[in-house]
Amino acid sequence: MSVKRKLGWKSLPIGGVIPEAGSSVKYKTGDWRAFRPTINLEKCVNCLICWIYCPEPAIVKKEKWVEVNYDYCKGCGICASECPTKAITMVEE
Amino acid sequence: MAKIVGLAGDEAVAYAVKQCNVDVVAAYPITPQTIIVELFSRYVHDGEVNSEYICVESEHSAMSACVGSSLTGARVFTATASQGLALMHEMLYIASGLRCPIVMAVANRTLSAPINIHGDHSDMMGSRDCGWIQIYVENAQEAYDWTIQAFKIAEDMDILLPVSVNLDGFILSHSLEGVKTLEDEEVMRFLPPRKSVYSIDPEKPITVGALCLTDYYFEFKRQQEEAMRNVSRIVKKVNEEYEALTGEEYGILETFEIEDADVGILCLGSTAGTARQVARKLREQGKKVGVVKLWLYRPFPTEEIVAAIENLKALVVLDRACSFGAPYGALCSDTVSALHQFDKKLNISNMVYGLGGRDITPSNVESMFNEALEIAKTGVVKEPIKFVGVRE
Repeated sequence: MSVKRKLGWKSLPIGGVIPEAGSSVKYKTGDWRAFRPTINLEKCVNCLICWIYCPEPAIVKKEKWVEVNYDYCKGCGICASECPTKAITMVEE
Repeated sequence: MAKIVGLAGDEAVAYAVKQCNVDVVAAYPITPQTIIVELFSRYVHDGEVNSEYICVESEHSAMSACVGSSLTGARVFTATASQGLALMHEMLYIASGLRCPIVMAVANRTLSAPINIHGDHSDMMGSRDCGWIQIYVENAQEAYDWTIQAFKIAEDMDILLPVSVNLDGFILSHSLEGVKTLEDEEVMRFLPPRKSVYSIDPEKPITVGALCLTDYYFEFKRQQEEAMRNVSRIVKKVNEEYEALTGEEYGILETFEIEDADVGILCLGSTAGTARQVARKLREQGKKVGVVKLWLYRPFPTEEIVAAIENLKALVVLDRACSFGAPYGALCSDTVSALHQFDKKLNISNMVYGLGGRDITPSNVESMFNEALEIAKTGVVKEPIKFVGVRE
């Protein structure tokens, strides 16, 4: 991970305001994860229930299957819990 | 041209707010609310102001609505007291943390239990560290004058902090006085419309109140402290402008016969009037006594207060709230710390008085002065913290 110099109190906008939109994309929360969802494509029926339930959203819809965006997946395990075919398992990092 | 009108403290504040062209007033309308917002709602109903009046279901919601409104760049006012302020406590920190220049009048009243609706400083002292600028007034005239000045102080770009204007519950909020008022146009000239920090523009969206963890939170608190440090400079500037307009002289604190005094009383709010009257009487008897009244309590005017009291031989600090288990009441603790910072030592007796609205009489104050004179003579403070007027 690259170390960027963080701004000090004299340079930050006051009151914790973020003066630009969509900045949360820059905040990669993947390193919060303790368990990693892994998808068994043989069991996956591409029903997209995981995609609907993922609160992040870190389940990415691909042409045929779904994928996990590990930059943002916090490892909450909702996808694994909701998967009707038990295609997703949570594997310790 | 100034007009003198008979106004109670609450009415004086409401009238000042009316003249300040406030955009939004959000308030809870039921006990322990003051008459301030009741009167203001009448102005709204009668079309005397263009303000949006938001009637909410609790003081917590009142302050929430104030924060939201203030962030859009609106000029915002609210009022509360006692348990209402306590219920607002959580949101007070949001208002200062998001740098909302809200002005709030607090008719200082005590906190339950036991249930009591009368005046003391327990409510605001309980929220002492909420990051608000705190002004205490002595009479209805000061309530009027400081309310107008409070908006200008709060909205200064070097500050952007909320301000509470504290007036003693009942003693000031419900007492009728002659108040010298300004013309609407004069107030408008003194207090131009608020300049917004951020524009609310869908084309340029911003985020307020975002999550801010270990890596940034501390920096924003340091910014708040810096804003507090700017306050005394801006207050002086605003006071000068107000004096040019009205001839009323304000400052960070007010002293009475303190320059050559041997002993003094330091206090907040309406008690200063009683203390001054007694001091005048004792002066006639040749006793060298004086009074210091703080207008600005937060930020604490460390330098100014030390300059005012450093040559005294003894000082009585009056606290109208209990700081249970603390070495001194809040005002006294701050005063002792201020002296320590400047490496000064002074014989100090802290007297807690008037809890739950118990009167403080001229004879109470006279015995305080006499006790201070005794301490000055002997150099001994028998009781560092004393409860005045309580039955044993």
